[in-house]
Amino acid sequence: MRMITYCEALNEAICQEMERDSSIFVYGVGVPDHKKIFGSTANILEKFGPERCFDTPIAEDSMTGLGIGAAINGLRPIHIHIRVDFLLLAMNQIANLMSSLCFGSGGKISVPLVVRVVVGRGWGQGYQHSKSMHSTFAHIPGIKVVCPTTPADAKGLMITAIRDNNPVLVFEHRWLYWQKGEVPKEEFEIPIGTGNILRKGKDLTIVATSWMNVEAQHAAKILSKNGVEAEIIDPRSVVPLDEKIIIDSVSKTGRCIIADNDWVFCGFGSEIAAMVAEKCFNSLKSPVKRIGFAHTPCPTVRHLENEFYPNAKTIVHEAEKMLNLKEIDLSKESFFSHESRFKGPF
Amino acid sequence: MKKLSLELYKKMYLIRKAEEAIQKYYPEDEMKTPMHMSMGEESVVSGVVHALQPSDQVLGSYRSHALYLAKTGETDKFFAEMFGKETGMAQGKSGSMHLNAPDQGLLCCSAIVASSIPVAMGAAYANKYQKNNKIVAVFFGDGATDEGVFWETLNFSCLKKLPLMFVCEDNGYAVHTPRWQRQCFPNINKIVENYDCNVFEENSTDPELIYSLAKNALAKMNENGKPGFLRLHYYRYLEHVGINEDFDAGYRPISEFHEWQKKDPVNLQRKKLETIGYSAREIQTLEKDIEDKIEHSIHFARSSKLSDVSELYRGVFI
Repeated sequence: MRMITYCEALNEAICQEMERDSSIFVYGVGVPDHKKIFGSTANILEKFGPERCFDTPIAEDSMTGLGIGAAINGLRPIHIHIRVDFLLLAMNQIANLMSSLCFGSGGKISVPLVVRVVVGRGWGQGYQHSKSMHSTFAHIPGIKVVCPTTPADAKGLMITAIRDNNPVLVFEHRWLYWQKGEVPKEEFEIPIGTGNILRKGKDLTIVATSWMNVEAQHAAKILSKNGVEAEIIDPRSVVPLDEKIIIDSVSKTGRCIIADNDWVFCGFGSEIAAMVAEKCFNSLKSPVKRIGFAHTPCPTVRHLENEFYPNAKTIVHEAEKMLNLKEIDLSKESFFSHESRFKGPF
Repeated sequence: MKKLSLELYKKMYLIRKAEEAIQKYYPEDEMKTPMHMSMGEESVVSGVVHALQPSDQVLGSYRSHALYLAKTGETDKFFAEMFGKETGMAQGKSGSMHLNAPDQGLLCCSAIVASSIPVAMGAAYANKYQKNNKIVAVFFGDGATDEGVFWETLNFSCLKKLPLMFVCEDNGYAVHTPRWQRQCFPNINKIVENYDCNVFEENSTDPELIYSLAKNALAKMNENGKPGFLRLHYYRYLEHVGINEDFDAGYRPISEFHEWQKKDPVNLQRKKLETIGYSAREIQTLEKDIEDKIEHSIHFARSSKLSDVSELYRGVFI
């Protein structure tokens, strides 16, 4: 099948949907400028004109209200932020209006708004350009939260998000943009709330979100060379959550590591650990382990950044402890970094 | 013109009497929802809403009893919602602060100060995009102009020339804080004028003057395609939240109230009806009809059932 990048997949999904449905428009800071949100909004202005693709003042609060108001009045806006950190300025509109208008109107009003947000990382992004915080948003009832990992996920989930009559936040990790993968040319939907088994295995379940799926794949290859077959589950959306795919896997393997691309404390990993404890207790052969960012703001300098972010090494070490393995020699392995990019395919 | 006077009076009388009914029944503690009363602003809301087309859309704040009643004219779902019953507009999930009737053009009301203003801008963007000629009017207090999002919205809707009317219901206080303690500028209109929109101000409690002002604003908006900003002064008769007076609290003198009460909008308009030829009997008849309608709605609300508890889980997603 044809191979395109994650970024191209996002762009293709939006363009195909905009051709199909004239009620869709795309907007946000920098959306039509020369950088085109890392390329993901390329050609949209040229194809669809300034009414359907426009730049905005740096006014996240009101611009989110704009999307909500347009959505409740017949349109399907896509609002884009190049960093999650900027989305926090819109928290009032997100948590007090977008999430609740359907409920508060007794179901008369729906908010078909897509908010795309890019999770930054690397080259000194620091503590205000690197957050993900998907669980913070997932905590609020009334918002769907999606984290596409592969290029096919990016296209299929974006199309589904646009067609959904509810508000959907789409978290796109910047390091996933470069990877290539097989993506159908035609339009297709991936139902939000269906997880994906990225790798089959019998010894250990790794539930990973977003970028951490790349690290989990790498870790699984290393573990496989050492006789351990890890199963990787990508839930793909936090809300709604495909609980069954996780429960089925952990019930089979009896072991669970959650590798989340976010802080650990009160995070998505905690939610999954609780769910596994509640629903797979009798299958567990060892305690559940959560992996995520260090509980600090994100630093700028590389050696501290390396300490802040977990990677394949972290996963391998936790698997060793969980399975009582001897320490695996990782000296000949190379790991992903800002320079050593993951190019795909999965 | 005679008909206009009557229609405006009907709107205002409905609002006043509905709120008096809330005052009467609220102490029974069956309406368990924080009441931000509209009493005093009847002419502001009725005048503007009457100037709009029925297909035009409005959004409001937590103080939107008047807006709901002026826009929809209905009281069954209104009171049922106050009583939290399944026959309410949102089955008891919105209460007094989040009134809505999207089919009749009231898109939403929000209890976070200023937060419905940018949503109104989005609704106006959608109307312009869909070329349906609908106007959106967003109602908010002067306290909302202290929020950044008000200025953000003013900027962008003027930049994009959106069919949006800002209606600042200015009672001079943000909760209990007077303007001089909050704002460094003497007159907000002087600032708003720099935003390239149509700016108006009115101190009167005469609904016909406000109606004319709003019509004038709408004509200007239609002519030059720019948003409108209406600063309409009124006096909040009751406490910020609740059904009582609060002049003993000391943050505002009762003399202010007495000045405004002399030109109470409902009384003024009733007198006007008499002077333009309506008989006392005609007026009493229409008042009685409105009072009966309200009593009927209160009976309907009281006799309605609470929803099944499963209602809680409906509407989180569509």
